[in-house]
Amino acid sequence: MTPTEYEYLRKFLKDNSGLDLSADKQYLIESRLLPLARKAGLSGIAELVQKLQGGARQLITDVVEAMTTNETFFFRDKVPFDHFRDHIMPEIIKARAAKRSVRIWCAAGSTGQEPYSLAMCLKEMSAALTGWRIEIIATDLSHEVLEKAKAGIYSQFEVQRGLPIQMLVKYFKQTGETWQVNPELRAMIQHRQLNLLHDFSQLGTFDVIFCRNVLIYFDQDTKISIFNRLARQIEPDGFLVLGAAETVVGLTDTFRPIPERRGLYKPNDPRAAAAKPVVVGASPRLAVMAGR
Amino acid sequence: MKTCLVVDDSSVVRKIARRILEGLEFEVTEAEDGSKALEICQRQLPDAVLLDWNMPVMDGFEFMGHMRRLPGGDQPKVVFCTTENNVAHIAQALSGGANEYIMKPFDKDIIADKFAEVGLLPVGQAMV
Repeated sequence: MTPTEYEYLRKFLKDNSGLDLSADKQYLIESRLLPLARKAGLSGIAELVQKLQGGARQLITDVVEAMTTNETFFFRDKVPFDHFRDHIMPEIIKARAAKRSVRIWCAAGSTGQEPYSLAMCLKEMSAALTGWRIEIIATDLSHEVLEKAKAGIYSQFEVQRGLPIQMLVKYFKQTGETWQVNPELRAMIQHRQLNLLHDFSQLGTFDVIFCRNVLIYFDQDTKISIFNRLARQIEPDGFLVLGAAETVVGLTDTFRPIPERRGLYKPNDPRAAAAKPVVVGASPRLAVMAGR
Repeated sequence: MKTCLVVDDSSVVRKIARRILEGLEFEVTEAEDGSKALEICQRQLPDAVLLDWNMPVMDGFEFMGHMRRLPGGDQPKVVFCTTENNVAHIAQALSGGANEYIMKPFDKDIIADKFAEVGLLPVGQAMV
């Protein structure tokens, strides 16, 4: 791949998905886009770039999807799901005792492992949630990924990443070499296509937003804009959950970290929180490292 | 250092498992069937057993039953690692005292995840 082609693809991805690749991600582009180019009957990256420059619509969508699909597995990082079970849900069960309803958004639901993990957590605590209305909305940029999430069918490899064997036996049905999430669990989740760069106010407000391991791909201004818009979709006593290597610190004061609970954030009082970025210095990076 | 007994009649599988487990800082011993594994356990129980099902002389399920009845035999974490990949076998293993279950083929990530699941590795070893 020539430097010109790489620069073109970097800018193209930035404009179309917000994905912000550093200068040394040639290998990532090649590993994701070469198979795609071949599938489309093209000779390589050079011809792919030509087609993109020519405005090939389907190809533009395919390239964005191929570059933004991330690895995911059940109960990824474990800690956020412990927080969800031991801290978030007990608080919500108390706070919403009269309303008996909870709305959860997986903002980067990917192939479904995260929303299904949350659904399993909720099933495990179903005694405390009798008569509750539970809504889990899982969104992702990629149609291909959403189809997979909706079907809830996983390979033997996938069901062995992060998923305790008891959960596999309890919530999945084996069909040949694959395993499918059972219909009761699938019915708990609504899957929708959504680009976080675009307006998402139509989704309504949520008690819990999981937005993990997606913002790391965005540049600073995009992150700030997404945080500020997320703040408008979250209940004043709701929870935002970010990935292990992510933070709001130094980017926005619309959310504040919950001490001792890595990755967990509360919205600040909107009157106190001006929707403006604060000055960014060296501290956010330190905060991230210290929090790991 | 935590210890793991790898029980499998295939020397290739034992070698792969040993390399992975040593990478995760386990001290590894090997046995080629359930009977040899039981002899080792009678001398000293390991912290973990990575256990194949189908083996000559004594299979993994029978071995687990004997080991669980040894003094302190309830302590080792038993992780099955087998080509028996159907729900019936998994359920049988769990009710017989297994802690986790790996369906072959496996890789380092699966081993690390399952060993973390039974509490033998810190969670998030494979974290970003």
